[in-house]
Amino acid sequence: MDLVTILDIAIGGLLMGGIYALLAMGLSLQYGVARVLNIAHGEFIMLGAFATYTLYTAFGINPLLTLAIVGPIIFIIGFLLHRTLFTRLRISSPSPGAFESRSLLATFGILFIIQNLALIGWGANLRAYSYLNFGVNLGGAIFTANRLVSLGFAIGIGLAFYIFLVRTRMGKAIRAAAQDPATASLMGVNINRVLAICFGLGAVMAGFAGTLLSMRVPINPAMGMNYTIIAIIVIVLGGLGSIPGSFIGGFILGIIGTVVTYIEPSLSLAAYYFIFMLLLLVRPKGILGK
Amino acid sequence: MDITALTSRRFLVPGLITLTVLATLPLYGSLYTVILITTILMYIILAVSWVIFSGPTGYMSLASAAFFGVGIYTAAVLMPNTGQLLPLPVVVAIAGLISGLLAVLVGALTLRLRGIYFAIFTFGLVEIIKQVLLYWEFEVTHTRGRFVVLVDNDTVFYIMLGIFVALMLTVYFIRRSKFGLALQSIGENEEAAAHTGINVTMVKVITFGISAIFMGAAGAIMATRWTYIDPYIAFNPLFSFMPVLMAIFGGMGQLYGPVIGAAIFAYLQETLQTTFPYYYMLIFGIVLVVAILYLPNGIVGLIQKLIQRWRKGGSAEQNANT
Repeated sequence: MDLVTILDIAIGGLLMGGIYALLAMGLSLQYGVARVLNIAHGEFIMLGAFATYTLYTAFGINPLLTLAIVGPIIFIIGFLLHRTLFTRLRISSPSPGAFESRSLLATFGILFIIQNLALIGWGANLRAYSYLNFGVNLGGAIFTANRLVSLGFAIGIGLAFYIFLVRTRMGKAIRAAAQDPATASLMGVNINRVLAICFGLGAVMAGFAGTLLSMRVPINPAMGMNYTIIAIIVIVLGGLGSIPGSFIGGFILGIIGTVVTYIEPSLSLAAYYFIFMLLLLVRPKGILGK
Repeated sequence: MDITALTSRRFLVPGLITLTVLATLPLYGSLYTVILITTILMYIILAVSWVIFSGPTGYMSLASAAFFGVGIYTAAVLMPNTGQLLPLPVVVAIAGLISGLLAVLVGALTLRLRGIYFAIFTFGLVEIIKQVLLYWEFEVTHTRGRFVVLVDNDTVFYIMLGIFVALMLTVYFIRRSKFGLALQSIGENEEAAAHTGINVTMVKVITFGISAIFMGAAGAIMATRWTYIDPYIAFNPLFSFMPVLMAIFGGMGQLYGPVIGAAIFAYLQETLQTTFPYYYMLIFGIVLVVAILYLPNGIVGLIQKLIQRWRKGGSAEQNANT
């Protein structure tokens, strides 16, 4: 294995990892704060990807600009979903454990609804478009420009979100709700609103990941599940509820995935599961978990 | 879960009547009815097996598809259409045992995990078995799919009915045993159960194994009806969610909850699939969300509430009359 191959794998892993990190941060918000293990997370990726595809092919809107269109729409969908469905479930569930399993099942229902609406709307075919599709030479290894741009955006969005969490009042409320919802609510945090915002923001992260992803891989309505699973693996890897953990975990899994794909492409998904199950058995708290 | 209702006499007679009606079904029922009832029985077996473990322990297992699929695959390997290696009942028994062993192994490894981790892990289990099998079939055996011996519908029906009866008897005897008592106390308070000297992990692992035996056996017999098997068909994650949904929809408070839930759902599925093939999964999703939102205790809970209201209404009327 020469230096260019190693560089190729390393940068390829970072490129994949950027998307995974974004995905996992979204799920981390939904599960770590709102306590909803959202199995339909991948469906928001699919929605983001299809919205971008449709806006680009039908109206010629720049895929990077669609971030500004997709974001608010998906936020509203996520926010309302939490307000109508999960808030109600949270209040009517006898225990946090019961809420977790009931909301998990509810997200399966949402998965089927979104996926099948998309199937009816867009059909089952693979779709792709070409944007920024030219090679850039990085120290001997060649990458398409759209992958580099999507990595840049993934890191940018991740950092922006982190600053939002650490520096703003709403960010503080979110962190408080993550630590202890009951106490946060006693301190004057409108807990239902904060949790709904978290859920909405988590969906937005997935939508953004979908937009970035659609620039470089073919998309179809059934694409979501694999990304949901990857996001779950990453948040367990990084430690449930830890936003920096998900960010780092995303990059780690991206690199591992690229290495396995290089050695034996058909086993990469099995390798993800294997790492994940090993991790659950050895260190279920994750790398940054407390 | 309260299964004491089953031990009372009032369920014995209706149970025996149902059994007689079912056992003689191929004599008067149409071919379609026999096939439909077989499918319904399959779902009842999956749902009740799921409840045996997940009801009392509170662990949400999403591994049903793994155990069911292992049964399907065992049948595909032992009864290829090129030549049946073993008689059907033996294959069904072996499939059940392999699934049970797998469950014991997985349970021993994972039942220390906290609830939600267990759910994720069991879901991953289905996928990892599927991926490894796909790799194996593609790279080593070079088969894309397998064909299973065709068995006539009545035989499939009777074996399914046999598994169902065995499952019900198992539930009944677990309930009457010391083991069932231990299981119930774990469900109520695990820590307290451990302090009274119950080997908590052992009880959970064995129960997980028992529930998987019936899923594997049901899978093996279904394989002979589907006749074509590949890893995608055998390890369809829907078979993990369906039993959960059916049990919740029916209500887990009573044993007949999952049975009713599975029967209604399986019937709906069959009719929806033929009348609205494109919207079937969409409708399924909507029903799932609505059921979780408005029927937290399932159909059984709804029935009990209605009975209660009716009784209250009746007594109020009596009071008014006097």
